[in-house]
Amino acid sequence: MDRERLVVVGNGMAGLRLLEELKAACPGRYAVTVIGAEPEPAYNRVLLSSLLAGEASDEDLAFRDRAWYAANGYRLLTGAPVQSIDAAARKATLKDGRVFAYDRLVLATGSEAIRLPLPGSHLSQVLVFRDRCDAMRLKALGGPGTRAVVIGGGLLGLEAAYGLVQIGCAVTVVHLMDKLMERQLDAKGAATLRRALEAKGVAFALGAESKGVVGVAKVEGLELGSGEILPADMIVMACGVRPNGALGRAAGLAANRGLLVDDAMRTSDERIFALGECAEHRGVVYGLVAPAYEQAKTLARALAGEPAAYAGSLLSTNLKVSGVSVFSAGAIEAEDGDETVTLSDAAQGCYRKLIVRDDRLKGAILVGEASDALWYLDLIASGAPLGPLRDDLAFGRGFAMAA
Amino acid sequence: MNMHPAELPTAPTATTCPYCGVGCGVLAQPDRLGGATIAGDPEHPSNFGRLCSKGSALGETLSLEDRLLHPEIDGARTTWEAALDQVADGFRRTLETHGPGAIAIYLSGQLLTEDYYAANKLFKGFLGSANVDTNSRLCMSSSVAGHKRAFGTDTVPGVYRDLETADLLVFVGSNAAWCHPVLYQRMLAARASRGAKLVVIDPRGTATAEEADLHLPIRGGTDSALFSGLLATLADNGHVDGGYVAAHTQGFDAAIAQARAIAPDIATTAEICGLDVADVDAFFDLFGRTKRVVTLYSQGVNQAAQGTDKVGAIINCHLATGRIGREGMGPFSLTGQPNAMGGREVGGLANQLAAHMDFDVESIEKVRRFWNAPRMARAPGLKAVEMFDAIGRGEIKALWVMGTNPAASLPRADAVREALRALDLFVVSENVASNDTLGAGARIRLPAAAWGEKDGTVTNSERRISRQRPFLAPPGQTRPDWWAIAQVAKRLGFGEAFDWRTPGEVFREHAALSAFENNGTRDFDIGALSELDTRDYDRMKPIQWPARQGSVRTETRFFAKGGYFTPNRRARFVAVAPLARPAREPAFPLSLNTGRIRDHWHTMTRTGKSQRLSSHIAEPFVEIHPDDAAKANVVDGAFARVTSAHGAAVLRVRVEPGQRRGALFAPIHWTAETSSNGRVGALVHSVTDPFSGQPDAKATPAAIAPVAFALQGFALARGRIGASSCAWWAKATVPGGAGLLFADDAPPDLAELLPDIAAGDEIVDYIDAGRGVLRIAAFRDGALEACLFVGPGRHESAWTFLRAKLGERLTDGQLRSLLLAGRATDGAASGPLVCACHGVPKGVIAGAIEGGACDAAAVGAATKAGTNCGSCLPEIRRMIASARALAPA
Repeated sequence: MDRERLVVVGNGMAGLRLLEELKAACPGRYAVTVIGAEPEPAYNRVLLSSLLAGEASDEDLAFRDRAWYAANGYRLLTGAPVQSIDAAARKATLKDGRVFAYDRLVLATGSEAIRLPLPGSHLSQVLVFRDRCDAMRLKALGGPGTRAVVIGGGLLGLEAAYGLVQIGCAVTVVHLMDKLMERQLDAKGAATLRRALEAKGVAFALGAESKGVVGVAKVEGLELGSGEILPADMIVMACGVRPNGALGRAAGLAANRGLLVDDAMRTSDERIFALGECAEHRGVVYGLVAPAYEQAKTLARALAGEPAAYAGSLLSTNLKVSGVSVFSAGAIEAEDGDETVTLSDAAQGCYRKLIVRDDRLKGAILVGEASDALWYLDLIASGAPLGPLRDDLAFGRGFAMAA
Repeated sequence: MNMHPAELPTAPTATTCPYCGVGCGVLAQPDRLGGATIAGDPEHPSNFGRLCSKGSALGETLSLEDRLLHPEIDGARTTWEAALDQVADGFRRTLETHGPGAIAIYLSGQLLTEDYYAANKLFKGFLGSANVDTNSRLCMSSSVAGHKRAFGTDTVPGVYRDLETADLLVFVGSNAAWCHPVLYQRMLAARASRGAKLVVIDPRGTATAEEADLHLPIRGGTDSALFSGLLATLADNGHVDGGYVAAHTQGFDAAIAQARAIAPDIATTAEICGLDVADVDAFFDLFGRTKRVVTLYSQGVNQAAQGTDKVGAIINCHLATGRIGREGMGPFSLTGQPNAMGGREVGGLANQLAAHMDFDVESIEKVRRFWNAPRMARAPGLKAVEMFDAIGRGEIKALWVMGTNPAASLPRADAVREALRALDLFVVSENVASNDTLGAGARIRLPAAAWGEKDGTVTNSERRISRQRPFLAPPGQTRPDWWAIAQVAKRLGFGEAFDWRTPGEVFREHAALSAFENNGTRDFDIGALSELDTRDYDRMKPIQWPARQGSVRTETRFFAKGGYFTPNRRARFVAVAPLARPAREPAFPLSLNTGRIRDHWHTMTRTGKSQRLSSHIAEPFVEIHPDDAAKANVVDGAFARVTSAHGAAVLRVRVEPGQRRGALFAPIHWTAETSSNGRVGALVHSVTDPFSGQPDAKATPAAIAPVAFALQGFALARGRIGASSCAWWAKATVPGGAGLLFADDAPPDLAELLPDIAAGDEIVDYIDAGRGVLRIAAFRDGALEACLFVGPGRHESAWTFLRAKLGERLTDGQLRSLLLAGRATDGAASGPLVCACHGVPKGVIAGAIEGGACDAAAVGAATKAGTNCGSCLPEIRRMIASARALAPA
């Protein structure tokens, strides 16, 4: 009997993780074809700013070489964007015309950077920062003496800004909100992060709306809502991503912000699944790698025919933002009845805030040092009573567990 | 750096420790930075090179911080000439207007013999006033009175060697393990080599008691009944040395009759003293059948309403058995101060005239002739408590206080402090710029030279005179006290009689007076030293008296063959008074005992400067038995207000099973300088012994009640710690800075507490508002500059951990904010310092025990703890025992 054909569209971090999980859950069960739009197999996107900064090499970003795919029976196509999906005929058609029939299809198409429709944004020195090609473009344009403006004070923008500073650019981050990473940090954490980044050479214009790109033939600056013009040789738009759900939508799959999936990661078409940043589960589109990995595990089990249910991930950020460790999980601001514990060392760029309710950890923010992040995440996720841990909570696992 | 002017290099100077009456020899080597390194003098016969924790830390006490360096009048700096003029003028006018009863001088057992001599001579011979008393009155005057009653003179019969050759050492009211550590270690060494037994008679389970073969936790104040019972039992069992009694004593029959009336048998004795019959029996039996017995006693005997009788009751037992003045035998008073004995030799007490002579007509005439004195005092003056009462009544109008802190240390200290304010003339000679007595309105402040700067002699508990030699230049305008006295004397027209140029000249005159028309009638005779030239005096080796001119005497004990200094040369048995039942005071149902702790001394003006000495116990406390604590609702580690009819103190509670039921214990060291509510002297009643006038500081009726504070905390700073407005606080010196422990209902004001925190300092904070917790650390140039902990509970281990971190630089990769956890990263709390000499904290010792060290010697080998003065050995042994108790069988 022929094996069922499984086509995975997208060879990013989520797609690769699915392949790894499948290998564990049901090796050889499917004839798997992986179709990636980027020219290289999946790489570690989290390290893109390090690559830009020259702190990481291509090798550091690599996960699996082509031989691994072949050895595990995965047929890998790269540089091969998919044009369309015919759900009724169970076929995927590539831009180059090739057609792949499937029994099951997984969409792992990730997300795409949002380009603000600003006047002048068509100029070639207006860039985004999403993939390895973007990183290469930034690296080509940037360098000592180059003035760069990064629009967006979230994770992505700060990553880009740090990378550009590292290669010698004079960087200003323009952010609409009055604090950085407002979805992950409280005011004091954001201020701590800002000071730490300023110490590394990043300038900030907070609470600043971007009004238009100045320049005719090439970028000369960014005009702010205040009328002020920030001189710039290049502009990076890093003000967000949107789920890359176009293929699915065109194929008639139910979608909201992302492609709607159930707890088994199944879309409205029972043969089509989605995971990662293109998927929307219980109303949530996750923008981080950890939930994608959890989804991959669930989906692999589902494809293996085992009962599997993804219950959603605890929203947490645990990243080295621009050389500064930042972790955020659970509640960011205390509500009535919550207790807040803070430990802050502004000069050293360290800040910890823990929100406790009914003797349980409800939220944690760590800036500057986050080696105990997973311990805090576990405490939040498990909801275990803190008991005697409470008094040493802010000092980390080593102290609390030794008490 | 605020230190002595750097001296030129010199060889180590042999001098004498300024703390207790053991009188240890010290070698001080100036360190070229104005301080000195300190070592025990191996050749000194008191200590043979050993020093206790306090002596070892003397080098930490030499800074000039807080020193009084210039004369002051009404708070303004002035010249010695102007200040001395005012002193002389004040005394002259008071004398002219009110007579000699209106002037007084209050001296100190810390003064040198030469200072004492000058003061005694001026007041008793030239100003006509015997109002010359001393803080020794609070310390051992009952021993003086007891000695004089029994022996005719104030004579310590034995020598230190007896403590090592005795087969039984009886400690009465003496925590020698803490208070006389070097001597105690000598005794322990002898015990180890020859098996002497130790009996401790003390209401408290002290460190000394813990090491004893037998501890009698006696009901406070009943010692004379115990020794009456002992005398009766000795007589019953045929232990009386009839020959000695017949040949050398008098009054035996009356004394034994009285002893039998008080405590006829062992059972009655045990009943009165609150002891087990078996324990009393064992003690009496041991005493009866052991020939070589030394009975050592200290403040537990002396500081009592019947202190002199206690001394008498003890001496009775030694007289009756003829065990006195012989190898390994005798009663032995351990003096608390470095020169209480020297003061006694001079006669620097209101009820002595001079040089072991009293106010009899013959002696007065003798001394008058020797001094060529114009205005002899003809009757005893007022003893300390009476003296300050007279000040309170306005009868004494001019007072000179020298080297002591009566506003903190006298009974009813609050009343004393108030009384001082009314003086017409109030002169204080001091080392420190601020203390409770200076703060009580001392108008004229004279800067006195301190230990290390002073030059003279002191006498220890075994009558050994040793030199205190200077090794530091006197800083600022400080001068020796004898000089200040002589200068005032000159201004009063007595220049010729006070024309000394050196302390050696004063000493020679003192020695000559001791021999003057003595002819063996007085025990104190150091005539052999009356012709020392300056070089001899400078090189004088420690010498034990008697040292009569022309006689070479090898035996320095007294009384083995009688020869008492009573008119008929017989010792007097004393018929001690029956115990007076203290009146019950329902409002004050407990009895407050006061005393010392291991690493502090008096009012901490010296030990308080040492971070090591301040680490063992950092705050004023009260000890209470668990049953009493439960009854009074006070909890270990919390606070309590202890009150008496005279004052109140708020102290940290230590629930201590070794404490006797019904009795409290509080240390005397904290003053208004070092604590908000720790002036224990304020509570002590002014009941005094009828013979000695020594106040009873061991049994003040008192009450205790819990005090709660919402918040507690501490501050540490390399710079200053501001005057605290906290409800409760205590200051402590820490390595490289200052510390403050506090408690209050509201959080303290940061700027007030840590005034030196500057704008550029980097602040790290930990805030847990829900639990009322605030912790702050300030860093300057990468080093910990200051920190503050506030929270609802106690921060004992955080205090210990962080007090050692001031000024410390963190290594790369360390998160300095984690310091605010208040303990080491590995979670191990180091705990309070147990061994002050080697700086070994409790946690390290616990680690060694856990690691297999099964006795104190093994702990010492592993950690060095307890290998110097040994005063922490009881605590180490206790830790080993409790670790053993916890270990599975």
